[in-house]
Amino acid sequence: MSRIKLIRGYPEGMRESIELVEKTREERLKHPYKETFDFLTLEEREEVLQNHHPDYKREMKRALKIGPNKGDLVPHEVADILEAHSPVNPKDIDLTDIDYESDILIIGSGGAGLAAALWANYSGTKAEDILIVTKLRFGDSNSKMSQAGIQAADRRQDSPMLHYLDIMGAGHFVNDPELVKTFVMEAPFIIRWHEELGVMYDKEPDGTMVEDLIGGLSRLRVHCCRDYTGLEIMRNVIDEVQNLDISVLEFSPAIELITDEHGQAAGAILWNMETEEYYIARAKSTILTTGGFGRLHIQKFPTTNHYGSTGDGLILAYRAGAKLRDMDSVQYHPTGAAYPEAIVGLLCTAKLRGRGAQPVNRFGQVFVNPFEPRDVESAVFIEECYGKSKGVETSTGMRGVWLDTPMIDILNGEGTTEKAFPAMLRQFNRQGVDMRKDPILVFPTLHFQNGGVVINVMAETTVPGLFAAGEVTGGLHGKNRLVGNSWMELQVFGRRAGIYAAERAKEAKLGKLTLNHLVKYEEMLKEAGMETERKSPVLLPEYRGERAISHALDIF
Amino acid sequence: MSKSGEAERKVRVYIMGQECEVPFGLTIMKAMEYAGYKLIRGAGCRGGFCGACATVYRMEGDYKLRVALACQKIVEDGMYLTQIPFTPANKPAYDVEKLAPSVNVFLEYYPEIAKCVSCNTCTKACPQDLEVMDYIQAALRGDFEEVAQLSFDCITCGLCAMRCPTEIVPYNVALLARRLYGKYVMPRAKHVDERIKEIEEGKFDEETKNLMDASLDVLKELYTKREIEK
Repeated sequence: MSRIKLIRGYPEGMRESIELVEKTREERLKHPYKETFDFLTLEEREEVLQNHHPDYKREMKRALKIGPNKGDLVPHEVADILEAHSPVNPKDIDLTDIDYESDILIIGSGGAGLAAALWANYSGTKAEDILIVTKLRFGDSNSKMSQAGIQAADRRQDSPMLHYLDIMGAGHFVNDPELVKTFVMEAPFIIRWHEELGVMYDKEPDGTMVEDLIGGLSRLRVHCCRDYTGLEIMRNVIDEVQNLDISVLEFSPAIELITDEHGQAAGAILWNMETEEYYIARAKSTILTTGGFGRLHIQKFPTTNHYGSTGDGLILAYRAGAKLRDMDSVQYHPTGAAYPEAIVGLLCTAKLRGRGAQPVNRFGQVFVNPFEPRDVESAVFIEECYGKSKGVETSTGMRGVWLDTPMIDILNGEGTTEKAFPAMLRQFNRQGVDMRKDPILVFPTLHFQNGGVVINVMAETTVPGLFAAGEVTGGLHGKNRLVGNSWMELQVFGRRAGIYAAERAKEAKLGKLTLNHLVKYEEMLKEAGMETERKSPVLLPEYRGERAISHALDIF
Repeated sequence: MSKSGEAERKVRVYIMGQECEVPFGLTIMKAMEYAGYKLIRGAGCRGGFCGACATVYRMEGDYKLRVALACQKIVEDGMYLTQIPFTPANKPAYDVEKLAPSVNVFLEYYPEIAKCVSCNTCTKACPQDLEVMDYIQAALRGDFEEVAQLSFDCITCGLCAMRCPTEIVPYNVALLARRLYGKYVMPRAKHVDERIKEIEEGKFDEETKNLMDASLDVLKELYTKREIEK
């Protein structure tokens, strides 16, 4: 990169475009920003998605050759982890030497895993009979990164039915209605639980929740804690798990599930990433809360996701025989940072649009309603940048559109950005950009795994004894998730997984432990004629420099 | 060292003492990865929200130990880099149901806060630029609101605790304060309780059933025609 002179964080070329944005701002401010551009009809949505959404590129997918979802089209990156060998040879594993014995094993320590642990405990499973295992630090997850908030239809102007309709419409009407119903009806209950824990939601002085209207919603419904919503809820549930003294094993991801001779899930093989030894964890109920797959970088997109989001749960469940759904569908969040380079792909919260930041093109023109569902909004952004070439190009060749963030303070009063978006403000300040004075450049970024492991309302997968909750699952969101519904999903179905796993553990009897499912999976790979050296789960993405990798020796 | 052209600007850093050249514009985290480190500890969300990568660094020729989030800070010539894998901090167990927001709570669970010498090292160590010392002083006064508000953007990275000369763990003191403030001091949302009551009384059952039974066409029409709140 050459030494480009920056003016308040932006090079001259981008400054010229910012001047155009400033010129149109006054005129744009004369019209209510929610009404300046009509919503697309369902037909228009379909058209822009077909033409510009990455999910609709057939060549970026292939049909799975093996397993319960054989024939389903999935992104190549997902097929790569599903059509791969287990990292372990069953012959090397001694299943009779149990390291950890518990009623409930929870794999993953994000919002869903911790809700499961707490509600299993509230339902009578003793803390010492619950084990949480996690790949990185306790609590590290996408859950912590959630900014915009969490949905629950709890205002008088709102209703669970409207929440239901919003979800179905955004999800292209293929969502599992039972999951959606359970979700919308229990969401307000979760908000009250959070208040009882001590979560500091943004509120009016009389206790009324501050709620936002964000893309795809018909009502103001997104509750927030500044723009650290996920962090704040996580701090509370982490503290609660620690106070109850529930065991946690860090840096020890599950690398395979264990089944018993009757085909029930019976725990997992864990792998200590630092000592490189394996542990056998036997459990009567196993709960998968491993999150999503952003770090697989589908179609080479940058991602908003946590370092550990490599889709581990998908392959663990799939090898054990669990059915998946909607794995063809990936969420690209419309507003990922497109500049400065150091933060490309990181999230610029949807709440920015909720509070008045308007997306505009290189010429400062409005080209989309800021409140479309995410897939539609993203597709229109991509069309503007590549179909119509009205985006802004950065020095690294990245294209993006402006999000006119100075409008937030103008519309809501000076100090609003500082108060409502401290995380965003820091993020850009650290790179020399003041989003209160200048717009920020955004482009869609890989954000969420819409599909996943099939579950019912009891969070049971199709494998007996295996429960799942959160981003690793599919069904609730159909083919496109709404803002604020992931955090609520973690809580509603994490809680349910904990409760029903606890119930099952009271009666379940485990037979002899086996890894038969791995032997079978290996046979399936062979029968399908798949010759590959790939192994999965991959656990962590590969970011080492080329030279370091090409000179690495695996000799000791 | 560079394979692809001398025009590409490089930055010279020292990773745990070892001199390395890395491309311009990388964060501390990406620079270490570029140099060949596969990170296990000291890397988390990679977006500034989790505190896993909080670390210290020093500039060549300068005595000062600076702080940063490795996922956010761009490397500069002459930086001495390292990672901090773990913070061995004290966190007592408590039951929030049985506590009250009083000054005694802090002194009971974190009596060491009384040893604060107001040196402000914690504040200087905060990569979020929070007024850490001020909130510890507020805790000593029993001012829950002040502690909660000043500490709200804390990502629990642990640097304040590692640098405090009197071994206070500010971020855990703040956590206790926020939980009690959120639970006991902030007003509850009455509309949430009202909605829960309506749901429990079955107010929405019939309409929900109708929605679930509706044909796709009816559902699409209801969706398209629903009014968007302004």
